[in-house]
Amino acid sequence: MNVPADLKYGRTHEWARVEGDVIVVGITHYAQDQLGEVVYVELPDVGAAATVAEELGTLESVKAVSEFTSPLDGEVVEVNERLEDEPNLVNEDPYGDGWLAKVKGSIEDSELLDADGYTAMIEAEST
Amino acid sequence: MHPWIGAGDDDRRRILTELGLDSIDELFESIPPEVCIDRLPMADGRDENAVRSELVSMALDNLSPECVPSFLGAGVYRHVQPSVVDAVLSRAEFFTSYTPYQPEISQGTLQVIFEFQTLMCQLTGMEVSNASLYDGATAMVEAVLFAHRLKRGKLDRVVLAETVHPMYRRVLATYADPAGLDVVVVPPGDDGRVSTDALREAAGDNLSCCIAIQSPNFLGIIEDLPSVADTAHSTGALAVQVVTEGVSLGLLAGGGEHGFDVVCGEAQSFGIAPGYGGPHLGFFTCREKNLRQMPGRLAGETIDDNGQRAFCLTLSTREQHIRRAKATSNICTNQGLMALAATIWLESIGGYGLRELATACLSRTEDLKRRIIDSGGPWQIAYPSSPTFNEFLLTGPGAGVELARRLADEGVLAGVAAHRWGGSWPDGLLVAVTEQNTAGDMEAFIDALGGIS
Amino acid sequence: MKRRAIRHEPLFFERNPDRLRRQGFQLPPLDVPAVDPDSVLPGAALRDQIADYPDITEMEVVQHFHRLSQLNYAVDEGLYPLGSCTMKYNPRLNEQTARLVGLAAAHPLQPVEQVQGSLRLIWELEQALMAITGMAGVTLQPAAGAHGELAGILMIRKALETRGDAREEVLVPDSAHGTNPATAAFAGYRAVEVASGPDGTVDMEALDRLMTDHVAAIMLTVPNTLGVFEHHIVEISKLVHDRGGLIYLDGANLNAFAGRALPGLMGADAMHINLHKTFATPHGGGGPGAGPVVVSETLLPHLPVPRVVKIGDRFTLVENDDASIGAMRGFYGNFLILVRALTYIRGLGSDGLREMSDVAVLYANLVRHRLAGAYNLPYDSPTLHEVVFDDARQTINDVHNTDIAKRLLDYGFHPPTMSFPLIVHGALMIEPAESVSPDEVEAFCDAMLAIAKEAEENPELVRSAPHDTPVSRVDEVRAARKLKVRWTADNSS
Repeated sequence: MNVPADLKYGRTHEWARVEGDVIVVGITHYAQDQLGEVVYVELPDVGAAATVAEELGTLESVKAVSEFTSPLDGEVVEVNERLEDEPNLVNEDPYGDGWLAKVKGSIEDSELLDADGYTAMIEAEST
Repeated sequence: MHPWIGAGDDDRRRILTELGLDSIDELFESIPPEVCIDRLPMADGRDENAVRSELVSMALDNLSPECVPSFLGAGVYRHVQPSVVDAVLSRAEFFTSYTPYQPEISQGTLQVIFEFQTLMCQLTGMEVSNASLYDGATAMVEAVLFAHRLKRGKLDRVVLAETVHPMYRRVLATYADPAGLDVVVVPPGDDGRVSTDALREAAGDNLSCCIAIQSPNFLGIIEDLPSVADTAHSTGALAVQVVTEGVSLGLLAGGGEHGFDVVCGEAQSFGIAPGYGGPHLGFFTCREKNLRQMPGRLAGETIDDNGQRAFCLTLSTREQHIRRAKATSNICTNQGLMALAATIWLESIGGYGLRELATACLSRTEDLKRRIIDSGGPWQIAYPSSPTFNEFLLTGPGAGVELARRLADEGVLAGVAAHRWGGSWPDGLLVAVTEQNTAGDMEAFIDALGGIS
Repeated sequence: MKRRAIRHEPLFFERNPDRLRRQGFQLPPLDVPAVDPDSVLPGAALRDQIADYPDITEMEVVQHFHRLSQLNYAVDEGLYPLGSCTMKYNPRLNEQTARLVGLAAAHPLQPVEQVQGSLRLIWELEQALMAITGMAGVTLQPAAGAHGELAGILMIRKALETRGDAREEVLVPDSAHGTNPATAAFAGYRAVEVASGPDGTVDMEALDRLMTDHVAAIMLTVPNTLGVFEHHIVEISKLVHDRGGLIYLDGANLNAFAGRALPGLMGADAMHINLHKTFATPHGGGGPGAGPVVVSETLLPHLPVPRVVKIGDRFTLVENDDASIGAMRGFYGNFLILVRALTYIRGLGSDGLREMSDVAVLYANLVRHRLAGAYNLPYDSPTLHEVVFDDARQTINDVHNTDIAKRLLDYGFHPPTMSFPLIVHGALMIEPAESVSPDEVEAFCDAMLAIAKEAEENPELVRSAPHDTPVSRVDEVRAARKLKVRWTADNSS
């Protein structure tokens, strides 16, 4: 079960990592596995507002489109431009090179799960 | 029993037995009786002779433009129909197959679509094309909605030249209302063309999502494409060219060469029967960077497991069956067989052939114009100095509708009434000339004019 | 299974690579003076000769398309059991009548006196479709089912606006075809999903909660996409009508009950009909279709223009009507498709149409009976003309519905509809339609049973299918990631 201990997780399968005053956001290994091979990623504009639990962008596979939502309120300060030509990074390295966006804000008082909580959630989903 | 129904009386009994049923009615018990009927209020089925007979009598009740000199255009044109087009189209593998969702057994259909997409790009000068839309009018609507989406829904104004086919403008009005679009129509100037100043004024500054013109326009006149594109972009709008006579692209540069964002319209001229208005063939081409917002189906090249080249439908995620409420359009079935017809026609006519065909249209049109001028009388070419391709506005004594009727009485289908849908231009007849109009047709036309002068 | 060699067919643009002059078609001779375009047209308007658009001979054209055609499976070859598509035989009589010169060459802008035959045909088909559905009016304009849906929803919108009761929502079952919510959104409505109950039909409690005075209409498919008839249809209509809403029926599945039941008695306000489904007009590799919409008295005033009107024994066109929603497309409809549909309806008639749905339902139940032992049936309810299984029993061996579909290709059949409706995971939606012989249906069942066995005993064979098709499994992911949607001169594969 690929759930890094140092990250926080949303109920809609996003992960969040603190990098100073910026939060890096992506989707989990479990999520990319469910989605299938990603063919296109629609990322937000830099400067756009991010709102917790609202759509930040979409991930397309051949047969489906999924939105990914923001785990926090804030402002989008950077997006992963490599994904335009290499959307496969989301599948191959979801926690590393497959990151989606960086949002300026805080997840201090958020309702995100820790690794154990997320693991329990997806285990329950699979049964 | 019926030849078109696979199970006869004996078969039905046998299957019912296998299913352990006494009567077929038992399979319909889930339908509430209050919505059921015993039989339909219509006649029983008839044999082929009887059916054919009824349809033939309807066909004979029409006066066919194949039988008299005909100069009807206004969006539907009579061009050569190479016999191979129908021969290939009639192959069951093409016309009885379905949308190529299973690419492994649909490579024929898919490769044809890929070829069609390529040909449309070559003709319009654009980078990408879809696999077809319903017709020219709905293609224009899709172009407008496309422009609106690309501007993130923030620019609701649409500037439309009045010389875009009035029927197309009417269809846009049906869609504009629920989409919340504000359509501004710009009349042509004295030369029958739309002025860029008028377009700029109508578009405002960053208020309009697109400026759409038609070229050759409804009056047959060729618009100044580079200026229109520049004007559109200077106001923050996308530039859309509508084409109703596809053959014009054999001789005239398409908007793709002049900075347009969309070239769309009607490809009925490419081997598709006028058919009293349908089915025809809408086409849509645009810039590659905007591909993801393009409506309709799209065939793409890829490989199979063995590394062999193969084609499949792609970017389906834009379409209704996946995006549902967020789809780029709600189009599903398109005009696949008509796109095949156009592809066969274009490949049969060939690149040089198309240029020759288009030049023949131009030559014949200029010839008819000259004959009209030489014939004297009350007949005028409405815009004598404006460049046309194969259609022009002819004015004479009386309303266009009257002229058409009187010339028909003289045995010539001389043109379409220019005010059929109103319009700020002079009334008269829109006269279209193609490679199908012989010198004899031209003489008949002039004789008919003389007959009613 | 016999095979023969099929050559890989190059693209048109790869033929005649040196671009030698060949002639594919001979134009009529020019019997007027030739004009040099440069002398009459502004130079900037002209184009250069199109590069890489070759000229090939007539036989090359024929061979090119003949070889391509051999790569296609088609209805004429065998069963095409696509659920909700109604892939039936396209009678050749229809092809003859659609090619009658008087009908095919008619120009849509000829004066009405010259085209009485076409106008009469339109009128006759309108009468026939109203009789088949028990509805008060009809438009033949829409070019396809989705287009008809839009026309229907726009008429509903106009009717509500006219009575000063504009609303914002449209209810759509979660089992609906994707065009339904797409259409609602296009028309400016918010699509609200209504859950299906455990038997696959609309959950009446959910409907009761959701049907407020914000709802303009409910869009229902009957029978629904599981092949199950909405047995509460009359109650649903009453509930929605009582609260000021209207009923839109998606008529894609009309093949299940034509001749037996009338949408007019179900409370329908608008229903689109897919002529390319129920009425046997050809699918043509993806179209054209036609999506006429039948309407109730409520929506009659809002039908699109132009309309055909009968005065005495003559026909004319009415172009304008302020109460109309306007025109949905150019001209009057996919006329030559209408010709085919009328031919079909005349050929079958009242007795034949009823037989058509009888056999369609009989065959689907035969398939259900034969396959129920090997495939999982997610819903137990009685089904009409189509049945939905899923791959639950096969996924145990890591064989999924797409694998089953690809393996069916090796048996010489087109697969059923996959992965739809969305409420069934791993769905296999099977609609045999009534045209094929019982032997063909049985052969299909034999193949499905054989594959179920393979899924247990030799799953890798199924997962790696197809093996016997002109191309092997196509890489659709690559097609989407590395987009290549046209040929270019500098391209390589």
